[in-house]
Amino acid sequence: MTHRATYAVGREKVREYAYATGETDARCTDPEAARAAGFADVVAPPMFAAVYSGPAIWPAVVDPEVGIDFARMVHGAQAFTWHEPVVAGDEITTEVVHEDTSERGGLKFFVFTSRSVNQRGELTCEGRWTNIVR
Amino acid sequence: MKVTPDRYLTYRYAGASGDFNPIHLDDEFATSVGLPGRILHGLWTMAQVARAQTEPGGDALALSSLEVQFRGVGLPEAEITVTSQTGEDGTITCHAEQNGKKIVKGGKAKLRS
Repeated sequence: MTHRATYAVGREKVREYAYATGETDARCTDPEAARAAGFADVVAPPMFAAVYSGPAIWPAVVDPEVGIDFARMVHGAQAFTWHEPVVAGDEITTEVVHEDTSERGGLKFFVFTSRSVNQRGELTCEGRWTNIVR
Repeated sequence: MKVTPDRYLTYRYAGASGDFNPIHLDDEFATSVGLPGRILHGLWTMAQVARAQTEPGGDALALSSLEVQFRGVGLPEAEITVTSQTGEDGTITCHAEQNGKKIVKGGKAKLRS
């Protein structure tokens, strides 16, 4: 099953995320610095992909058809590949697919892939999310 | 790169990210599920590994890809060290340690050329 959700990127959310993660690139916190660099507004740090993918990834993780025991789940691994930059004002649509479930050493591995595009249909990020159930 | 998440970091990151899982916010809940106390969000720690790659060049958007494995648990109020090494093909291998234990291992990063 595919889960899809759209996230509207807000300026203050990008700034809040940049401060919480210690980002020092001024284009992520200062709209003027971002405009001087040719962007319409503040630019999301790359790992903000974890935030705008959230509304699509969470329903996939808790989907009863996938069958994760949420209380025993840990985040095992994560991979992102970045493409077009994401700027405040963008609307990012993410599609998440449950790719694979496997079992090794008494642990269950649930792998999801995500693909995020902006309002122009340009690819912004691809993700691979591995959750482990103990 | 070294960074020490302060006492209230997990609350700020929860607000910024929307991840309000109580294992990150509530010591009592965290210990009830066998954790040493409330733990860092793995994706915050991954963001530190990401920043360690881009901060020297001052360009946050230079990161082309990053993959990591999470191990153990990260805790507030203890220093984290991110160690990175660039290989011959330009791939950076990296990990993050806290209290002598790897909390991120098998990190691989690529910067835009």
